[in-house]
Amino acid sequence: MNVTLRVWRQANAQSEGRMVTYQVQDVSPDMSFLEMLDLLNEDLTVKGEEPVAFDHDCREGICGMCGVVINGTAHGRGSSPVPTTTCQLHMRSFEDGAVIDVEPWRAGPFPVIKDLVVDRSAFDRIIQAGGYVSVNTGSAPDAHANAVGKQKADRAFDAATCIGCGACVAACPNSSGMLFTAAKITHLAMLPQGQPERHLRVKKMLAQHDAEGFGGCTNIGECAEVCPKQIPFDTISQLNRDLIASLFKRDGK
Amino acid sequence: MAVTGLILIAFLLMHMFGNLKMFIGPESFNHYAEWLKGQSADGGILYPVLPAGWFIWLFRIVLLAAVVLHMYSAITLWNRALAANPSSYEAKRKLAQTYSARTMRWGGIILAGLLIFHLLQFTVHATLVAGPFDGSPYDMVVGEFKIWWLVAVYAIWMVTVCMHIRHGFWSAFATLGANTSAKARAVLNGCAWAVALILYIGFMIMPVAVLFGWIGA
Ligand code: HEM
Ligand code: SF4
Ligand code: FES
Repeated sequence: MNVTLRVWRQANAQSEGRMVTYQVQDVSPDMSFLEMLDLLNEDLTVKGEEPVAFDHDCREGICGMCGVVINGTAHGRGSSPVPTTTCQLHMRSFEDGAVIDVEPWRAGPFPVIKDLVVDRSAFDRIIQAGGYVSVNTGSAPDAHANAVGKQKADRAFDAATCIGCGACVAACPNSSGMLFTAAKITHLAMLPQGQPERHLRVKKMLAQHDAEGFGGCTNIGECAEVCPKQIPFDTISQLNRDLIASLFKRDGK
Repeated sequence: MAVTGLILIAFLLMHMFGNLKMFIGPESFNHYAEWLKGQSADGGILYPVLPAGWFIWLFRIVLLAAVVLHMYSAITLWNRALAANPSSYEAKRKLAQTYSARTMRWGGIILAGLLIFHLLQFTVHATLVAGPFDGSPYDMVVGEFKIWWLVAVYAIWMVTVCMHIRHGFWSAFATLGANTSAKARAVLNGCAWAVALILYIGFMIMPVAVLFGWIGA
């Protein structure tokens, strides 16, 4: 199949960007979206043009590097029948001859570095602010020393699958990072190890989220719709419950 | 945002029930209007806990505070969103958001503008469209809603109000932590629809009844 791409090209963080149109020929429907971009880049390299910079690493949907907005939805969720990362989106999801827009995440706290690559270190700083458990290391505890109920364990695992891709921010009309932050809050709030720092954590992580310049959540729901890991929308209510409870605690005051 | 919004929704439900007294008749509605303002023979609402006429002013202060705080929160959120969104996408497709959710900000401004007109009309009596009037509240309301275009303006205003509530009601509960599962989400959204529809019908049925001469003819 052949497709027409309109790709965002931007030389560096300071320069102005624009959409540039490319034709990509002989695309196999079984190629992933990233393999199709590889094809384009080989072609550009042969022609002596600068290849399109895009982030990627695992190419199996678990690292969270490959986020781009495809035809107006993060990771091309609108073109895919299932929640997906860009690397797991296949060209069979598009028609032969399709015109496909490819853009970087657009949010103030995620500045473009080059072409489709954005700087997501704001997420790292939110995690650094409180998305951890402080423990005294020593010998490993007994496997059953800390019993966790099935429901809570499932919920913690579900929330822990967040890969930090940033699609939630890219899709949010407020550019809020609340789903990402709530995933980590929920993950640790469900586990006994997360309890001692629970209330301090929510305050610190939210303060960092706001300081990074992310917008506030107005419960619109685009985030959970595009999330490749299906982090549940209700984790945000869990964060809010912890935040309300933390207002009555001395931690951090 | 959530707390002040829910206070305003509670007020609207009360206001709507009060307006429905128009169907019971002039004595009932007029007494209700005077009772709220402490002008009725029995000293009015909460008399003698409060001196006659104090309630309405306390009530107005609470409402005004709720409106001001609600708008302050909305402007803060709007500014943060603008600051976090320096550039927009060339192609944008919505997957989950509703029309109500998308129009909370501009919709809120439009409905607040019409609220000012509404207060100038029925509270200050400055923009009574049927001309100056000094009779009973019942006759005033009947006089106004005999004018078809006013009923139309109110019908449109109430669409903006009820759309705002459709998203606002669910969103307030989610912010307060009640969105605990997909099922809870469905229930909250169902309740939001129910409250919005009840308010729309409950508010509009009276002006429509006046227009068609079913009451106050
Ligand atoms: C069809 C819809 C509505 C009708 C027919 C209606 C009618 C009235 C009337 C007749 C009064 C004056 C009562 C009196 O003389 O004592 C009044 C007052 C008021 N209305 Fe409405 N109303 C409607 C919808 C609304 C809505 C949607 C809001 C809010 C967004 C609202 C907010 C108010 C307020 C704040 C007052 C003044 C209370 C005070 O005197 O302090 N109304 N309304
Ligand atoms: S919550 Fe989902 S969309 Fe957001 S960063 Fe985590 S995996 Fe990506
Ligand atoms: S490249 Fe790792 S998730 Fe796509």
